[in-house]
Amino acid sequence: MDIDRYERLWIFLSAAVLIGLMLALTYSIYGLDIRLIGDAGQVDPATVTQRPPFNQPGVYEEGPGRYRVVMVARAWSFQPAEVRVPAGADVTFQVTSLDVIHGFRVPYTTINQMIVPGQVSEIRYRFIEPGEHSLFCHEYCGVGHHVMEGRIIVEPAATPATAD
Amino acid sequence: MNPQLHPQPPTDDAPARDLSELYRADSLHIRCFIYISFVLLALGGVFGTLQALDKMQVDLYRFLPGNLQLYYMGLTAHGVVLALLFTGTFIIGFLSLAVVHGLRRPLADRGLAWATLAVAVTGTVALLITIFRNQATVLFTFYAPLKAHPGFYAGLVLVALATWMAALNAWLTWRAWKREHPRERTPLMALAALCTWAMWFLASLGLAVALLVYLLPWSLGDKAQVNHLLTRALFWFTGHPLVYFWLLPAYLSWYTMLPAQVGGRLFSESLARLVFLLFVVLATPTGLHHMFVDPGVAHRFKVLHGIMTYAVIFPSLVTAFTVVASVEEGARRRGGRGYIMWLLALPWLSNPSVAGQLLAMLIFATGGITGLINSSLNMNLIVHNTLWVVGHLHTQVAGAVTLTFMAVSYWLVPLLSGRELWGRKWAVFQVWSWFFGIAIMARGMHWMGLASAPRRTFLTYAPYAERFGEWHWGGVLTAAGGVIMFVSGGVFLFIMLRTIFGRRLAEPVTVPEAQPLMEPGPMPRWLDRISPWFALGLALSTAAWLPSLWRMAAEYPTMPGFRLW
Repeated sequence: MDIDRYERLWIFLSAAVLIGLMLALTYSIYGLDIRLIGDAGQVDPATVTQRPPFNQPGVYEEGPGRYRVVMVARAWSFQPAEVRVPAGADVTFQVTSLDVIHGFRVPYTTINQMIVPGQVSEIRYRFIEPGEHSLFCHEYCGVGHHVMEGRIIVEPAATPATAD
Repeated sequence: MNPQLHPQPPTDDAPARDLSELYRADSLHIRCFIYISFVLLALGGVFGTLQALDKMQVDLYRFLPGNLQLYYMGLTAHGVVLALLFTGTFIIGFLSLAVVHGLRRPLADRGLAWATLAVAVTGTVALLITIFRNQATVLFTFYAPLKAHPGFYAGLVLVALATWMAALNAWLTWRAWKREHPRERTPLMALAALCTWAMWFLASLGLAVALLVYLLPWSLGDKAQVNHLLTRALFWFTGHPLVYFWLLPAYLSWYTMLPAQVGGRLFSESLARLVFLLFVVLATPTGLHHMFVDPGVAHRFKVLHGIMTYAVIFPSLVTAFTVVASVEEGARRRGGRGYIMWLLALPWLSNPSVAGQLLAMLIFATGGITGLINSSLNMNLIVHNTLWVVGHLHTQVAGAVTLTFMAVSYWLVPLLSGRELWGRKWAVFQVWSWFFGIAIMARGMHWMGLASAPRRTFLTYAPYAERFGEWHWGGVLTAAGGVIMFVSGGVFLFIMLRTIFGRRLAEPVTVPEAQPLMEPGPMPRWLDRISPWFALGLALSTAAWLPSLWRMAAEYPTMPGFRLW
């Protein structure tokens, strides 16, 4: 098999670039710990709304600066539709779908997730700045897909709670 | 036994009349496939234009009658008709001709060829009826638990079956040829076609299982529940290599035909063979990169598929050198000089078939880069399910593949119909306008996608759209590019129509076939046999897919169906 000199050089360069990219990707995952969502467990779609945590969607404070947002997606809304969390807090979204596959996207963040019935999507994020974010479905889920949205309101970092 | 296979003895270029005699036997059914693909291109393109206008919040749907007002029905039609049916019918026709010409013998079984056409047409009609009756508004990805009419899934089964029948016919033809030529190596053009079919057969096994075992019985009511994450994964088992099924016929033209069209020779036949064989191995173990942000898919398999996707870019990088070097050789024979200026010696403005394919390659290069970005799972978090991905897909299918198919049609349709190409100048205008159209549209989509605009969404009526000022100009570019492509596509179809009903050819046209630049010497046997590569591809695909699929099938919850449209 005769291969031209320049062609051989090009092949080596191509392979080197691709191997370099593979190494960079592997480093970003196992070195920098950039994780994609993995397997956060399954739920029984038939009884999901009767059992914790998805029987009571809402925002829960789990500790100082730690919040858990339990959410269900269904055609064509998120419940709760409005989420309030303080800036700087570690927020874990725990989301499942009650009907078809939906999407979960907060623009200009890395919150970008599929929501699948029977599966739990767990997303961690820290909103640094106070402000308001849109949240919308980005997977086709029927005729009302484009109106399926929610809102995330990031409030200024909480002042120490006054006793009541 | 001689371990090395010898090239076909140089045929002293059989007279054109003999070749047209050869084509005649299979010309009619090939012509049917190609003409049907043009009709489908027109149908799917109209919806694409409406969707492009929606991105700048212009709603033309409300002026349409009945079901045609439904955005998502049109979107389903656009995807199914263009991504599956237009490409599929054109490819069956084109690869049949490549096999016939490459092996210099008619297809082994003409009855099978006509049966293929009948099955493909039946499947297409079933799909069109269910889609336009709004019974299958599930988009071309048909993710369960959205549940379409059984006729939709049956139509998909038939279309897939037609591709297998065409593959079988190609294989039978090769086997008959091999019996007559036991000591010769398979000519490159035929090998490229056979590799495409082998790759597709392996890849389409996922779709076959999804449809026959799960979706069709479920839609017929035989099963109440469907394993929706499994069928989604099986879709992507086939769905990503589907892109290579579109692309390899374009590669076939770039490697084995285009060099001859510019008066050059193929730079390296061995590497061309290696490229096609590598696709058989590497195309399928990649598809999980479409599910990077799915729950219930183990992280390590996402990483594995991301890395495998980098590997499948390797044969395309080799192509970039070999094809450009072959074209350069032609340009230098035409009097081209200098490091870069030889490019000007190519017929950019006089030969629409050449210009179209060169422009298609330019677009393809940009899509290769965006593809690398998509498969990098960290960057994928920014662009997943945004219009960025739609921009990437369109550079590859509407750009590289469709523009190549159009450019090929400028010699293929005269060859098949025996009519002279009408309006060569219009054809040059057509390929350039399509090139600018797709470039502008993709630029708009990439821009919107980086600003988080969701894909496959009726943006005109999305309440959140007004909050994103950044989407505006991307939307304008998307719409402008879409309208340019609509005009260009119309010109293409008009040229084809005038050609088909035009003046008879004075001299018969033959398939352009590039000769290798270097003296074709003996070649190792492993560059002539597909089966070991197929076995390797099957093993790799099994290793990359089976653990995930097995777990999904055994443990994951199932759902009843929903009709939400």
